[in-house]
Amino acid sequence: MLDQVHNARHNQFPAEALIGELCHDFIRLHGDRLHGDDPAIIGGIGMLESMPVTVIATNKGQTLPERLATHGGSPEPWGYRQALRLMQQAEKFHRPVLTLIDTPGAYPGKDAEDNGQAAAIAELLQASATLATPLIAVITGEAGSGGALALACGDEVWMTSKSMYSILSPEGFASILFKDVTRTSEAAALMKLTPDELLAAQVVERVMSVSAELPRQLRAALIEEFEMLQNLPPEELLARRQARFRKF
Amino acid sequence: MLKPQQATLDEATLKRAQTIPEGLWRTCPNCGTSAYRGRFGSLQVCPHCGFGLRLTASERLAQLCDCFDPWDEQLELADSDFPGYMVKRAQAQAASGSSESVRCGQAVIAAQPCALAVMDSYYMMGSLGQVAGERLCRLFERATAQRLAVVIVTASGGARMQEGIQSLMQMAKISAARALHVQAGLPYFVVLSDPTMGGVCASFAMQGDVTLAEPHARVGFTGRRVIEATLHNKLPASFQQAEQVMATGFIDAIVPRAQLKARLALLLQLHQEVCHA
Repeated sequence: MLDQVHNARHNQFPAEALIGELCHDFIRLHGDRLHGDDPAIIGGIGMLESMPVTVIATNKGQTLPERLATHGGSPEPWGYRQALRLMQQAEKFHRPVLTLIDTPGAYPGKDAEDNGQAAAIAELLQASATLATPLIAVITGEAGSGGALALACGDEVWMTSKSMYSILSPEGFASILFKDVTRTSEAAALMKLTPDELLAAQVVERVMSVSAELPRQLRAALIEEFEMLQNLPPEELLARRQARFRKF
Repeated sequence: MLKPQQATLDEATLKRAQTIPEGLWRTCPNCGTSAYRGRFGSLQVCPHCGFGLRLTASERLAQLCDCFDPWDEQLELADSDFPGYMVKRAQAQAASGSSESVRCGQAVIAAQPCALAVMDSYYMMGSLGQVAGERLCRLFERATAQRLAVVIVTASGGARMQEGIQSLMQMAKISAARALHVQAGLPYFVVLSDPTMGGVCASFAMQGDVTLAEPHARVGFTGRRVIEATLHNKLPASFQQAEQVMATGFIDAIVPRAQLKARLALLLQLHQEVCHA
């Protein structure tokens, strides 16, 4: 069980490199226009072959200074507000939105709390429900708690075969439920965080096998799905998305 | 050096002490002052600092409503294989008198009709699971269909761990129902009571048109201890207190419990025409 957790945290698909493999001509767009620029979020516009898409990815960084600056890929409120800004921009220009998720969760910091971490996530959850443009989320590593969900309220949620998606980190789960952080392995087994279990629970629609071919396969699958979603009348697109979450 | 004086009680005093019932004094969890329980009054507010003690859902309903017609009380959770969870649910039910961590229904608050939900922190710390999520989602759906304003009094530690990812999904489900309530042009008023944390704070608790809070209520996303452990630093006492959250711009007003009913009624009255539009 812990293998799954270990794999998911291995930063198998660093955000910047994966965006480069999926898209060409990616233009990075910074900042939330309200407070700052969060290095834990990479946002921008790129070409998925001939299709312009808005991409929003959580970023763990590669070097030690980057990993410190991004808090290991944990966004702060201004990162979530940047994501919202770019989603609304995509809606305005009828561009699909792709989110790439690899985050332990929203950053647990004082500034983050003082700047409304909860409110920033809440705003994304509400806005995603009525965002009139296709929205697909792909979990490429770990996806923990509301901080991951904020970027995963789309028409479809996919994950790689070596990723996980859970209500909280297994460590946090063990410390809350068992009051014992050493029981992480036991917690991870109870959490049903593997792709197969999540597929069975209809939390995700698709699991992509991890291989050297993954970026190419993912690009092809995204183009096909985005084209299908873009051909739906907006009311139907939104009705489908709302029904997707209504079933839980 | 003086010998510390030994406090001795005579037999009669000791005997009399034993006849005093337990629980006559209460200590306020906010300011730490002890007072005779009667001084907290029927609203259960600390006479020193104004902090409102945690209430069960029925106590809160009794304080706020002229009448309350419950919705979806019969919703049942499919049996869970999570170790010990079903036993814990039964205990929570006994402790709170609520059938889940939130009670929803149609209410009248000082002659103003609304769709009302009150959370019960005595039921597994008001945590959000599938039953609570379904009740809240239906609350917004019914309010949209019947053109009602929504009032929610939040009190929760966040998502319910025992229900795992299903619990996380409730945040998205309720938010979508609220989004459609917004599209119908209908108002939603939130009262943040102690505590409002985690996944509840990061979803419907922060989606109101007007956000009120009770004095000194703890409001935030990540718990204080987790942040202190991450930062290796102590946080100020004011951290995540409603007054501080208001100072940073996320709460409209702090309303003492004694004024809550009147304030909600006024807000509902001010938005009456919107609902009838």
